[in-house]
Amino acid sequence: MSTPSEELAAQLLSVVRSFEPECNKIHDLTRLSGGASQEMWSFRLTDDANGPACVLRRQPPERGGESTGTKLGISLTDEARLYTRAAEQGVPVPKIRHTLAPEEGLGEGFIMNHVEGETIPQKILKSESLAPALPKLARQCGEVLPKIHSIALDGLEVLPRLDAETVWRTYRDLYDQCGHPNPVFEYAFRWLEERLPRDHAMTFVHGDFRHGNLMIGPDGLRAVLDWELAQVSDPMQDLAWICVPSWRFGRIQNPVGGFGRREDLFEGYEATSGTKVDVDRVRYWEIFGSLRWGMMCRSMYTMFASGQDRSVERAAIPRRVSETEIDLLRALLQES
Amino acid sequence: MQDPPSPEELLKTVHDFLMNVALPKLEGHDAFHARVAANSLAIVLRSMSLSPEQDELELGRLRDLLGQEGDLMSLNRELCRRIRDGEIGLESEALQQHLWETTLAKLAVDQPKYASYRDEIGA
Repeated sequence: MSTPSEELAAQLLSVVRSFEPECNKIHDLTRLSGGASQEMWSFRLTDDANGPACVLRRQPPERGGESTGTKLGISLTDEARLYTRAAEQGVPVPKIRHTLAPEEGLGEGFIMNHVEGETIPQKILKSESLAPALPKLARQCGEVLPKIHSIALDGLEVLPRLDAETVWRTYRDLYDQCGHPNPVFEYAFRWLEERLPRDHAMTFVHGDFRHGNLMIGPDGLRAVLDWELAQVSDPMQDLAWICVPSWRFGRIQNPVGGFGRREDLFEGYEATSGTKVDVDRVRYWEIFGSLRWGMMCRSMYTMFASGQDRSVERAAIPRRVSETEIDLLRALLQES
Repeated sequence: MQDPPSPEELLKTVHDFLMNVALPKLEGHDAFHARVAANSLAIVLRSMSLSPEQDELELGRLRDLLGQEGDLMSLNRELCRRIRDGEIGLESEALQQHLWETTLAKLAVDQPKYASYRDEIGA
């Protein structure tokens, strides 16, 4: 009787041989942390521990093969296309080796080259080996964003078009559905509605560009990950989300991801794009970002209460609403 | 009357078991979940200790702010309605003060180690 991972290794081998014909065995197939329905596995192509390695991301066939998109994002197949487009623009991303086809029997997903580095913010901020990279990281992030924003949109009709008003309305509706009174959120919704950016640029936007989705090495930014929330929206959103206090992981004195200054992020952006950063719009989106993360935490209570997910984690996250409330008050009522 | 240990003592014991006995023996996701579970117990303990007085203070502030009677839920709903409908100005100092105090009280229970909170209280 073979184990699930032995079966997967056998299925994987024939697929891998289509782009690596020399490979005759899948080595060290290991399940990495992943979401509830999506799987992430790493494996080596040879028995050399320092040799080439790949990552498989997939939605297995028994869980409804085709991912028509997660609750919020695009399908894995479309995400793979985005990685390829991003690479064409010079954005550092893992190289896609193969997109899964239904007849291969592995479900939906893709195989990419493994990139060496760290993504966990708490580790990055405390690491001795990565410490020299941190001072240049904000600027590197600023330099990479215009490349993301200039990704051509033809053939990407699957991406949602979300102007500022649509995004505001989406989270307002979510708040109303939750049906629980949060006066600080009400205050923020009104404040933001009075300052909605109008007629702003609409470009390709990463949508989740923050500390936690960046692969960091001693040389700095190695790869931009997690493109499933990609959308057409205000590019200033991407400059703001990475500055939301929730993503500073305790180092609140460094607005950019807990590691850098806004000045460096903006300078990097302006140098690469040749355009000026709209500071007022970035501030709008940064404040909106705390409200957005707060509402995401809040809405997880619905999943918990409905019985859909009774994990300790799902139960604990809604108690993080108060973190976003204090960040909103600090931003709205103080010059912070 | 119930026998000792008190509810607080029971919760504290379970919290300490999770952190000191269970957690060192667990790996990966299970370890993470054990830590979250212990943290949830700590929230309950702080809530038992702080919320009764905090809720009383909040109720008093809401009654003053809104000029009406009610329980916490109904008064919070009314406050939200007034903010949403523009009946109370965003620049109202009484409103702002109420929101600050309510939020600081929440964090004292939910996450007293949160960096923004510690910065605010000067810790």
